Amino acid sequence: MHNSSSIENPVISLKGVNKWYGDFQALKDINLEIKLKEKIVICGPSGSGKSTLIRCLNRLEAHQEGSIEVCGIELHEKMQDVDIVRQDIGMVFQSFNLFPHLTVLENCMAGPNWVRGIDKNEAKERALSMLKHVKIPEQADKYPEQLSGGQQQRVAIARSLCMQPKVMLFDEPTSALDPEMVSEVLDTMIDLANSGMTMICVTHEMGFARQVADRIIFMDGGEIVEQNTPEEFFNNPQNERTKTFLNQILS
Amino acid sequence: MFVDTVIEDKALHKPVFLLYLSLTVLAIFFAFNFTNTIFGEFLSPVIGNPKESGFFGRLAVSFVLTILFVGNLLLISFARLKIQILIVWIELFFLFLAFAYSFDLEISYIFKNDFICSTESAREKLCIPSKIGLMISKGLFTTIYISAVSIAIATAIAIVGAIAKLSNNGFAYAIASFYTSLFRGLPLLLQIYLIYMGLPQLGFMIDAIPSGIAALSLCYGAYMTEIFRAGIQSIPKGQWEASRALGFKFGLILRKIILPQSIPIIVPPTGNQFIAMLKDSSLVSVLGIWEIMFLAKKLGAKDYNHLEMLLTAAMIYWTLTIILEMIQARIERKYQQKT
Repeated sequence: MHNSSSIENPVISLKGVNKWYGDFQALKDINLEIKLKEKIVICGPSGSGKSTLIRCLNRLEAHQEGSIEVCGIELHEKMQDVDIVRQDIGMVFQSFNLFPHLTVLENCMAGPNWVRGIDKNEAKERALSMLKHVKIPEQADKYPEQLSGGQQQRVAIARSLCMQPKVMLFDEPTSALDPEMVSEVLDTMIDLANSGMTMICVTHEMGFARQVADRIIFMDGGEIVEQNTPEEFFNNPQNERTKTFLNQILS
Repeated sequence: MFVDTVIEDKALHKPVFLLYLSLTVLAIFFAFNFTNTIFGEFLSPVIGNPKESGFFGRLAVSFVLTILFVGNLLLISFARLKIQILIVWIELFFLFLAFAYSFDLEISYIFKNDFICSTESAREKLCIPSKIGLMISKGLFTTIYISAVSIAIATAIAIVGAIAKLSNNGFAYAIASFYTSLFRGLPLLLQIYLIYMGLPQLGFMIDAIPSGIAALSLCYGAYMTEIFRAGIQSIPKGQWEASRALGFKFGLILRKIILPQSIPIIVPPTGNQFIAMLKDSSLVSVLGIWEIMFLAKKLGAKDYNHLEMLLTAAMIYWTLTIILEMIQARIERKYQQKT
């Protein structure tokens, strides 16, 4: 399996990426390749740069050194087609960021209808089927604030999926949720993983990581400290920092 | 506003407060001395000739007035909130009428034929049987026309100005900030003069009404630029990020995501601006535009009945703003329901 997948071009590749906020270095020499259909979980203590890393992948944040290539297009300051790249990369935020003035259905139709040039009826059909996927078709005509946090996050996932992205980025999707709503969102993400989507998730949900991830990346102080399969990562962590982190989070 | 769930006794129902209030009111009435007014005459059976009643008379008049005033407050305090508000409104309105009445006005003058138009045959078509008719048919119409056109242009300016002020483009920011600084920094009256007299110097002949509209639009466009900028900025960054992540372009985000969300924030202050502009449109009367203020001055000046016509203008402006406030409240309610 390792051989066959190494022939494919990686869907995302980072080479020697450095990023600073002023004097503070947020990312240090990041090298990473992610293949199609791979599920990556990124974890690490707060301030370790994991959100920054994932936000660099659709250029919501700019990196200053090194190269990031997504779907064969390099992300840089003067790129013309950033919107094309972003259309192919779904992103789910910690704070949902649904459009409050649009209904759930309109939230999901917006992307396909406005930028993909798909006509309204088709966009509506697609939106409804995606809402069915995340198991809330009955909420289609409500406004986001009428839904619970878990439902809102599932709408946000459906909204991204309506764009039929090649890659999905999740930036701490369950961190803002009440505990009893975490599982409904994770279930949706597991379904998505099983459908073969390429996923990169920043999350502290280690159960999810164990169940879904092909690879777990541990970051600390802006660098990738360790990456491994879930099994090796949890049972046989190599680095001291990884061990400390796992002790804290699993105890 | 936040209403606490613990109900305190009404201040008016506390004897100590009532005492202090009465003493204060008494002192005020005493200081202003109402002995020589209609109240003194009412009390003449008790105090004799008001003019010769001296200290005792002055005190007695103040005392009676104080009892009337505080008693009135006390009575109202027992009514329900809505009734209270209504009664106080009516009382204040009658006080205002009494104030106007005390000018000893010739009210019928307002309804008399207009002297100006019957002598100027060129304006024959404007001839209306009464002065108030002319104020409304010509003056009110012109005022509303100027204000409505100006607010429309000001809104357009404000959107462009707000975007320019939020942009990273040096030219756009510089021009927009210079514009808002200049037009917020000069008195509106001065702007009106500058535009009306300045533009012809450059070779642009400009009529009174267009220059009035230009001045109002530019001035209020500057104020509204700041309102729109604040409205746009108040939308959380996450909305931009989510839109960007979906691959939306700047114009689309602004049009479909940001502006629709800022409208409920922008509407109340914009309504205030419109109301303020309606009244500031009176300043263009200096250009000889036949709006409410100009007509009030012109119609009153003929027979030295200034106050009659000024009060008429006042009532027209007031009525207009009340109507606008009601429309504004309705629009606000509509947006509150939607979100």
